[in-house]
Amino acid sequence: MNETIRELLARVGGLPVAVTELEDAADLYAAGLSSFASVQLMLAIEEAFDIEFPDSLLNRKSFASISAIEQTVAQIVKAREAA
Amino acid sequence: MDMQVSFLDRLFDAGLLIDTGVDGLYGRSGQFEDVITAFERLIDRIGGADGAEAMRFPPGMNRAFFEQSGYMKSFPQLAGTVHSFCGNELDHMSLLKCMEVGEEDWTKGQEATDIVLTPAACYPLYPTVARRGNLPKSGALYDLQSYCFRHEPSKDPARQQLFRMREYVCMGTEQHVTDFRQRWMDRGVEMMKSVGLEVTIDIANDPFFGRAGKMLVNNQRDQNLKFELLIPITSVAKPTACMSFNYHQDSFGLKWGLNLEDGSVAHTACVGFGLERIALALFHTHGLDVKEWPESVRATLWG
Repeated sequence: MNETIRELLARVGGLPVAVTELEDAADLYAAGLSSFASVQLMLAIEEAFDIEFPDSLLNRKSFASISAIEQTVAQIVKAREAA
Repeated sequence: MDMQVSFLDRLFDAGLLIDTGVDGLYGRSGQFEDVITAFERLIDRIGGADGAEAMRFPPGMNRAFFEQSGYMKSFPQLAGTVHSFCGNELDHMSLLKCMEVGEEDWTKGQEATDIVLTPAACYPLYPTVARRGNLPKSGALYDLQSYCFRHEPSKDPARQQLFRMREYVCMGTEQHVTDFRQRWMDRGVEMMKSVGLEVTIDIANDPFFGRAGKMLVNNQRDQNLKFELLIPITSVAKPTACMSFNYHQDSFGLKWGLNLEDGSVAHTACVGFGLERIALALFHTHGLDVKEWPESVRATLWG
């Protein structure tokens, strides 16, 4: 999952730095992720993992770092499996 | 909804607004305009000493700048573009025939011009300022007013498609522009009190489009980027935003290349007055006959 997220981030994130340079815990907003790019990233992740972010997770925190995204995606997948 | 229709009907009956047959597109009476003029003078008295540079643009802007602004990313549903007939004589003939028969949409052949209707008074400002070069270290302040267009037909007289927005826009450091915004939040409350309007200020968000927009809404609210000054007009439960106070962080600075003297990216903030909404709040609160308005309110507006 980490790899897919990194690929998507590289494709739509529009970051001025290489995604490979970023630690999993690095603050993506500090790295230059704009509000709009985070929306693009959200849509790309939904498509890649075939999930839909609930409104409650559509916020900056969910996309604050690569590990935050991993946790958010895992949480959505888990909720879906439980349902 | 009934209340909204009835206030609109009362405004029509009193001749303050003039029905055009299109929801949200109204004429204004001399009396209505007089209230707006008086309120703008009040704004000038409060804000004039700040020394803002005044600029007035017509209600259309350069389409290239509109595209660069990213408006279509966030509010495609609200935008209005200007299209014109650009054909030859033959095209003209088929156009007239099409209009006469009335079966097909005659506007299909209209072509986009270089003009887009201005969505907010400050939109033409940013590229204009960027062209001038770096901003002084002490920042800059601008005073704008324009008719603005938003495609949202409604029977709520406080939600018009063509309306006027008066704005002050501040550019500078984060501290400078957030101080500006706070100052106007305080002034806004005082101003409205001085004309007998009960107001509240609340955190707010722009009407970003679609599901992706939900995320922009949440981001905007989480970061306290937008506040609105609310006055009950057509509903007490959902009062109407008559002023907004927006902090754009460095997003416009980055987008338009607005830099300070030291080369750092400028932060920007704007405060907007919805002039029709303020006039409507006054008519709704004090009655449709301005001669009956409380003396203190009349004195504040007309001296």
